[in-house]
Amino acid sequence: MKMLAKKAMCNSHGQDSSYFLGWQEYEKNPYDETRNPNGIIQMGLAENQLSFDLLESWLKANPDAASFKRDGDSIFRELALFQDYHGLPAFKNALVDFMSEIRGNKVTFNPNNLVLTAGATSANETLMFCLAEPGDAFLLPTPYYPGFDRDLKWRTGVEIVPIHCTSSNGFEITESALEEAYKQAHKLDLRVKGVLVTNPSNPLGTTLTLKELNLLVDFIQAKRIHLISDEIYSGTVFDSPGFISIMEVLKNRNLTNTEVWERIHIVYSLSKDLGLPGFRVGAIYSNDDMVVSAATKMSSFGLVSSQTQYLLSAMLSDKEFTQNYISENQKRLKQRHDMMVSGLLEAGISCLKSNASLFCWVDMRHLLSSNTFEAEMELWKDIVYNVGLNISPGSSCHCTEPGWFRVCFANMSEETLNLAIQRIKIFAEATIKTINENKSQEQSNKNSKRKSFTKWVFRLSFGRETSER
Amino acid sequence: MVLINSSLKEQVQLLSKIATNDGHSENSPYFEAWKAYDSDPYHSITNPQGVIQMGLAENQLSFDVIKDWIVHNQSASICTSEGVDKFTDIAIYQDYHGLPKFRNATARFMEKVRGDKVTFDPDRIVMSGGATGAHEMMAFCLADPGDAFLVPTPYYPGFDRDLKWRTGVQLVPVICESYNNFRITRTALETAYQQAGSSKTKVKGLLITNPSNPLGTILDRATLEDLVSFINEKSIHLVCDEIYAGTVFKMPEFISIAEIIEEDIKCNRDLVHIVYSLSKDMGFPGFRIGIVYSYNDNVVNCARKMSSFGLVSTQTQHLIAAMLSDEIFVEKFIMENRERLGSRHEMFTQGLAQVGIGNLNGNGGLFLWMDLRKLLKQPTFEAEMELWKSVINNVKLSISPGSSFHCSEPGWFRVCLANMDDETTKVALQRIKKFALQTLGALEVKPKKLSCQRSLKLSLSFQTRDGIMMSPHMSPHSPSSTIA
Repeated sequence: MKMLAKKAMCNSHGQDSSYFLGWQEYEKNPYDETRNPNGIIQMGLAENQLSFDLLESWLKANPDAASFKRDGDSIFRELALFQDYHGLPAFKNALVDFMSEIRGNKVTFNPNNLVLTAGATSANETLMFCLAEPGDAFLLPTPYYPGFDRDLKWRTGVEIVPIHCTSSNGFEITESALEEAYKQAHKLDLRVKGVLVTNPSNPLGTTLTLKELNLLVDFIQAKRIHLISDEIYSGTVFDSPGFISIMEVLKNRNLTNTEVWERIHIVYSLSKDLGLPGFRVGAIYSNDDMVVSAATKMSSFGLVSSQTQYLLSAMLSDKEFTQNYISENQKRLKQRHDMMVSGLLEAGISCLKSNASLFCWVDMRHLLSSNTFEAEMELWKDIVYNVGLNISPGSSCHCTEPGWFRVCFANMSEETLNLAIQRIKIFAEATIKTINENKSQEQSNKNSKRKSFTKWVFRLSFGRETSER
Repeated sequence: MVLINSSLKEQVQLLSKIATNDGHSENSPYFEAWKAYDSDPYHSITNPQGVIQMGLAENQLSFDVIKDWIVHNQSASICTSEGVDKFTDIAIYQDYHGLPKFRNATARFMEKVRGDKVTFDPDRIVMSGGATGAHEMMAFCLADPGDAFLVPTPYYPGFDRDLKWRTGVQLVPVICESYNNFRITRTALETAYQQAGSSKTKVKGLLITNPSNPLGTILDRATLEDLVSFINEKSIHLVCDEIYAGTVFKMPEFISIAEIIEEDIKCNRDLVHIVYSLSKDMGFPGFRIGIVYSYNDNVVNCARKMSSFGLVSTQTQHLIAAMLSDEIFVEKFIMENRERLGSRHEMFTQGLAQVGIGNLNGNGGLFLWMDLRKLLKQPTFEAEMELWKSVINNVKLSISPGSSFHCSEPGWFRVCLANMDDETTKVALQRIKKFALQTLGALEVKPKKLSCQRSLKLSLSFQTRDGIMMSPHMSPHSPSSTIA
């Protein structure tokens, strides 16, 4: 075993986390409407499957892009040979326009500042390699996407120090939480190189408020550190308040082309907004030329297939298509979200009020047998194995309070979602009943203990037998 | 000025050392020629005086065979009407195991390329972002920062980036020399191993490229067996980059490390790993199809998790799975590809021989290892550089000087021959011939002014006349594309 690198033998890949274990359980017993109706329903995978019909109909209407042709001529050879890590210009142009559109065209992006990477997974790791040394730290608000433990830390040697957010204020980032995290890093003798936020948030499903964004800008200015804004869910904002990009904040505060401007970096991907995780399309956007230059060279380790770049450049250049897609997709996400929230409410379960993403942050604290993470694990296992739903426990997202779960709603049909909600209802009712029974048993145990004590005292006092209930 | 300097220093400190050092290896002066090509690319009609790219090891000889297949297999694309019903399933599939049919087809293709003499288990196939990503992944899996890999020289310059840059791993050269056609000797291996030991560097493995880049030769059975016994003795890993396996165009037949392993029961298989890609054999560098094949279960598991950082697009996996499952097509392609590479190689070596330019006798790869030692003014790397620079600017051929491959002897150049059509090849050869004759003429004049020793060298050099073209080694990125 000493033959392999330490990295190969440690757990920093993070895959022993319950987040990934749940997936494994799902793989062993996956739900299928006809073949396995009692199987586990996958609700732990943040995929967007709601708008594929829109993509498919575009493809049918645009056969050239699909079949390696431009104006009817085959460009297969050119694409097969194209390995320039600067990326296909047409694709980058289309991608920055798409990003702008998602932000209501309130900001524009320069394609020369965009670096293509093999998914956001690669983008986040690459930024760590560019911005931090092994042993340095990035501050991340909790709860956060479990994959960060692998993407930011594993091969880079960078540490994550949590910024603790709590349900007391809807898990918003506060100044004191930021300062506390910074101090904690110093206590651990870690040099802080930056803050990484996900906006809209995974797993919360909320967009950062203007207050939080301003706070972040003030904080990184004061500490002279970086800010990475993972905006992978920016196209999934379906309700008010709208999405405010970090770029917009900088622009409105007249910070364009200032020192702090160069310390802001955005990560993006088409895995969530367009529902294309298989195509591995990620991007880093940075205002710092040196970061762009270094990240571009590093992208050699994970370029986007030219075949895919070409297809998507055609698709995203079709403005009519993108406008329609963005608005239709958001409508469908909202409808699905509302269905989930109201369904859960009927089961007596509430969710954090959210306006984006492909999941809800569900409050099941009242279903815990005790206010502990052990109880959360117990509840989670119950839900996976007995209820047949793979949902993600808050502890896997480093939440500081037990009882919260991330539940995805966009990766299944409506029928399946309804079924899932039914299962949760039955389970919740039963669990609450059991909890109440336990409570009243406990209470009656307490009462009868008191009663028998009183009786005993009474007997002692009066020397008479009294039968107990 | 002081203010500017300190702000730049601050700026640099805000970023990591990796982001600001030269570890990406792109600052090598050899990129001048890439820039020369990019700013003045040859085109038979629009720019016939431009620079011909001969520093890029691409295989462009058999695209028509592939295009033909694509036209007749519309369902291989998930975007055509024949294939679009698969679109959703393919687009959402992000399992890092890869599409089973992709792994099966790739394993089968790898077997076919090796003449069906070995078998590959599809479950051991791990994807990566090209061979570039595969090599970095291997370094991360097998070595810790500060550890070293032994690499026979001359070697592909990209290894300096792929194995070292972000991993902190070192490369220790195993010096190979022309006296025995650059074969890897046990002495050279032991010397390198001792050298590492004396600087207290832990050697974790040996990296070989077979067929060799830049030599274009294959390793014989005796050498392969010797390498296997060496790594077993030292208990270090053997990483075999077989990216050019399908480019061997004439005898002797290619022997994969897989063949040696299957025959040698004493070998510790946990030490053996293969890196592969479709960038050279099929000519698909743009599709980023890299493969790690390891006989070590732990390495397969670790590499699979790491492959998250560079998975192959499922759109591409789907296309390749369909293409490589077509056994008739595969056989036709392999045969056609070999034949064309052979013809092109023959055309080149004969053309060069006409002006007395020799090359290392090779039977694989997409290039020649050209011997221009006798055309150097002095047997030094400075002279090599001088010659190379003047050729970029005057002869306008972009080839790669041996020093960029860490060759221990000056005067060798790698010339790529599979990335152009026949017409361009002829133009390139003409230029070389003309230059060779001119240069030799100039050198013949000079002997009167030089020392006796020099004259002696030059008169000996009359036998082989070499033209020198200069160009950088393979860049991490291809020249500017014609795609809008």
